[in-house]
Amino acid sequence: MALLPENLLATEQRFGPHPAYSTGARLETGIEPDKLVKTHCCFCGQQCGIQLKVKDNEVIGFEPWEDFPFNRGMLCPKGVKRYLQGGHPDRLLHAYQRDPAAAGGFCEMAYDEAIERVATEIQRIQTAYGNDAFGVLTGASLTTEKAYLMGKFARMCLKTANIDYNGRLCMVSAAAANKKAFGIDRAANPWSDILKAEVIWISGANVAECAPITTNYVWQAREYGAKIIVVDPRITPIARTCDLFLPIKPGRDIALFNGILHLMIENDWLDHDFISRHAVGFEAVAAHVRDWNPKKTAEVTGISERAIRQAAEWWGQSKSSFLLHARGIEHHSHGVQNCLGAINMVLASGRIGREGCGYATITGQANGQGGREHGQKCDQLPGARDISNPEHRAYVAGVWGITPEELPQAGVDAYEMFRRIDRGEIRGLLSICFNPKVSLPDNNFITRCLEKLDFYVAIDFFLNETAQHADVVLPGSLHEEDEGVVTQIEGRVIKINKAVDPPGDAKQDWRVIQDIAKALGRERGFTFSSPREIFDELRIASKGGIADYSGITYEKIEKQYGVFWPCPSEDHPGTPRLFEPGSWNPIAKGTGPYYFPDGRARFNVAPYTPPAEDVDDEYPLMLTTGRVVSQYLSGTQTRRIGPLVDQYPEPLIEMHPQLAGKLAIANGDLVTVESRRGVITLPAMVVTTIRPDTVFVPYHWPGKKSINQLTISAQDPISKIPEYKVCAVRVRKEK
Amino acid sequence: MPVPDQNEFFMDPNRCIGCQACVQACSECETHKGYSMIHLDFVDRAHSVQTAPVVCMHCDSPTCAEVCPADAIKKTADGVVQTARKARCIACNNCVLACPFGVPKMKTDFKLMMKCDMCYDRTSEGLKPMCATVCPSQALFFGTREQIELLRPRSVPTNQFRFGEQTINTKVSMMLPKSGKAEYVDVTQAMGEGVLGKTISLNILDGIYNEESTE
Repeated sequence: MALLPENLLATEQRFGPHPAYSTGARLETGIEPDKLVKTHCCFCGQQCGIQLKVKDNEVIGFEPWEDFPFNRGMLCPKGVKRYLQGGHPDRLLHAYQRDPAAAGGFCEMAYDEAIERVATEIQRIQTAYGNDAFGVLTGASLTTEKAYLMGKFARMCLKTANIDYNGRLCMVSAAAANKKAFGIDRAANPWSDILKAEVIWISGANVAECAPITTNYVWQAREYGAKIIVVDPRITPIARTCDLFLPIKPGRDIALFNGILHLMIENDWLDHDFISRHAVGFEAVAAHVRDWNPKKTAEVTGISERAIRQAAEWWGQSKSSFLLHARGIEHHSHGVQNCLGAINMVLASGRIGREGCGYATITGQANGQGGREHGQKCDQLPGARDISNPEHRAYVAGVWGITPEELPQAGVDAYEMFRRIDRGEIRGLLSICFNPKVSLPDNNFITRCLEKLDFYVAIDFFLNETAQHADVVLPGSLHEEDEGVVTQIEGRVIKINKAVDPPGDAKQDWRVIQDIAKALGRERGFTFSSPREIFDELRIASKGGIADYSGITYEKIEKQYGVFWPCPSEDHPGTPRLFEPGSWNPIAKGTGPYYFPDGRARFNVAPYTPPAEDVDDEYPLMLTTGRVVSQYLSGTQTRRIGPLVDQYPEPLIEMHPQLAGKLAIANGDLVTVESRRGVITLPAMVVTTIRPDTVFVPYHWPGKKSINQLTISAQDPISKIPEYKVCAVRVRKEK
Repeated sequence: MPVPDQNEFFMDPNRCIGCQACVQACSECETHKGYSMIHLDFVDRAHSVQTAPVVCMHCDSPTCAEVCPADAIKKTADGVVQTARKARCIACNNCVLACPFGVPKMKTDFKLMMKCDMCYDRTSEGLKPMCATVCPSQALFFGTREQIELLRPRSVPTNQFRFGEQTINTKVSMMLPKSGKAEYVDVTQAMGEGVLGKTISLNILDGIYNEESTE
C-alpha cells in the first residue's frame, strides 16, 4: 500500500523542498570554470540556449549563449537560476525504500537491491493480475531518447498497454486539433514569421509569464506596425499594451472564433482561392457559424460587440498574420473544439504556409513537442505513428524485432489510469518525470488512488509529493547529467549536452530503465550504451512516419543550431515552415501541402458547449488557473530554488475589486475558495486586471496550497485533457 | 560575443513584463555576486501589471558623488559611476537619499553603498551587461544608437531629465513614445497642487466587459 509516511514533516525535513541559494564557489568571484557547456534551459517549451559554467563536476553558474538564434542570450528568471538545482541538499543520492522506522519514512538501500525488488514486484503483480495491471507514467520534460525508450519499455519489456505521460495535461488538445485540420501536429511556422505579421492574435496564452522570450517576438512585430489582439480573462503583461483586449469569459473561446468567422463571411474577408483549392469542409462550417452574429457572440463570451467587430475587421482585412494559442483555450472539456475554431479562422483567411503567415500552439513543457511524437502517449508509436494502425504496428514491431501481435493495443490516458487504480485494475505503478499529486485536477482523488497501489516505484532526482507515496525510489538524473535531443516550441530539434556526472548512486534515467529490464530477464532491446545509440534507433523507428527524424544527427543539430522536423534524409536541411505551396509530404505525396491524401486542409465544425461545470446560485464564480513566471509546473525543481521561491513565495487569489467589495475583502485578506471537490484558503490579491466574475490561482504548490484540490476532472472527449481553466466556485472572507 | 565600443544602454519601461530576469541575473555579476543592484517595481499593481526597472542612469554630474562627504564615489573615464570605495565609504546614506532615480543601495552588513556599475567587469571586456543580455522583452537593451533606431521606430531615446530646478544628463537613455512630446517630470508641481496632465484610465476591464451579475 503506497501510503504516505506517517510523519510527513520529518519526510520534508529530510528530503525537502528546501530552497537553495548560491554558496561556496557559486558566490566567489574570479573563479575560472573548467568548461562552458552549450546546452538549453531545463524548463519551458522555448528551450532557450544557455551555457553552463562547470567547476569540479558542479554547475556553478551560467553565461548567456548569444549565438543561439531563438533567444540570442535572453533568459527568464527560471533560466537564470536553473543552475541552483544542481548540488542541491535535497538531491536523491541513493535508492530508498519505505521504512516507517527510518528518519523521514525512507531508508537507503543498495541500488542493485532496489532494482531487484522492483523487478520482483513487477513480476508478482503481472503474474497475479495480468500485464496491464502494471502502469507507467512518464513526462514531456524527458529527452526524446528517454521518451522513446519509455514507450518501448512499457510495450516491449513490460508488455503493458498502460503507459501515458504528463503531456496529457498540456498539449494534447492542440495536437488532436492539428491532426484533424492539418494531418500533422507541429507549430506550422518558425517564430521568425511572427516578426513579419501585420496582426498577431493571442488566445489564452500568458505569453510574458509562460513563454517570456516569445514576448520579444510579439513586441518587435508591434514596433514594425503589427496590431496585437489578446483574448484572456486577465490583463496579463502581454495584454497590457496590446491594441485590442478581449476579456473573454473562461470556457467561451469557440463562441468567439465562430463569431469572428461569421463576420469574416458577412464582410467577405475570405481567401476564396485558398478555401476552394487548399481546403475542404468550408460550407458546413459557414452554415454552422451563421447563427453566431455579434449579439449572440457578445452574450456568450462576455465581450462587447464593438470589440468583437473591431477584432474581426483587423483579422479579416490583414495581409499577413500569426495566431498563437496555449493552455487557456486547450485546458477545457471542449479543448479540441476550441483549437479547431481558431484554426477555422486561420484557414478562412488563407494566411498559412507563407512568410509572415502562421499558426502555432505555444508548447508548455521542455520537450512538449518531441515528447508527444515518439511513443510514450497511450495511443501512439514512434514517428507520430498510430498504435491502432496495422501498418504502423508492423513497421515499429519490425524495428524492435518483435511480432505486431506482441505489441499491446492502445492504453488509456493518465487520468483514466488513476480511475483504473481506483477500481483495482492497475495494481502497480512506475513513474518518472510526473508529479500527478500536484498537477492532476481534483487531486484529493489522486491521493486516495496512490494509497491503493500494491506497489509504486518512482524514478526522480528529488522526492516530489507523489514520490512520497513510493515503496521504492530510484535516483535518476538531472537535465545537466545526460545528453539527448528535445524538440522546442517551433518544431526545432535541439541537443541537450551533459555538463556533469550524476552524483552518488544516481544514474541516467535510461540506464535505470535498462537495469530494470535486465533484472526482469528481458534485456533484449534494452542494451543501449549511450543516448546516441537510442537516437539512432529512434531515427529508424520514425523513418517514413509523419514526425520523420531519420535525417537528423547530433552533428547536424550542432552545425545548424537545431533541425526542424520533418527531416527525411541526411542531405535534407529540415523544414522550418510547414505547408509551403508545392511542398511534399509522405501522406499527400505531392497532391498538396497538407498531410491528407488529397493534400488539402480540413475545416471542422466546432460547436459551442458551455463548461462541464457552469456557475449556479451555490457556486456563482468561475475559477481559472495558470502559472507565474518564477515557478514551473508542479514546482519539483523551482520550489527548491531559493531566489525563485522568494520571487512569488505562495499562491494568491486574484480577484476584481467589484467582487472583493461585495464580499468585504481587502487586498491581503485571507480568503477561502470552495468548489464541489475541495477548499483552499489563501491571501487575496485585489486587482482590476481580472474579470469580476472570475478568480485566478496559480497551480505550482502542493497540499493545502494546491488549487488542484478544487479543479474538475472533466476531460475533453477526444484529447482527454482536463478542464483546468474553468470550474464553479464560491468565495468567502475568512473570519 | 564581443561588442563594439559605441554600445549604449537603453531602458524602455513600456516593454517591461516584470519577470525579474534582470534582478536575478544582476546577482550573478562578478563584482557583486549574490546581490542584485536593479530595482524593479509594480507601478500600481491594483490597477495594472505595469512594472518598471531602474538601473543606474550614470549621470554626467552624479548627484550621489556630489553629496558624498567622503569623496567615495568615483566615475570612470568612460562615464560609469561606480560603487563607493570601500576604504572611503562611511555608510552615511547621503547618496541613497540624494539620488533622484533612487539607485544606490546601502548594504548595512558591509557598511557600504553599492550600486549598478553597468556590469563593468563585462562591458570593459567587450561583453554586454548581464541584465540587458537576458531581458526577455528587451526592456533593457545594450547596443548602438543605429540598432535601437531600427528596432524601435516608434520611440525616441532621451537622456535629459529634470527634477524641479535640477536638470540631469545621463549616459543611459530612456525610450519615450515618438508620438508625444517629451514631458519633464516635475515633482514640485505635483506637491499639493494635484498632478498635471491627463488622467489615464486604468480600469480597462470595467469598461469593455459586459456587466452582469456574478451572484
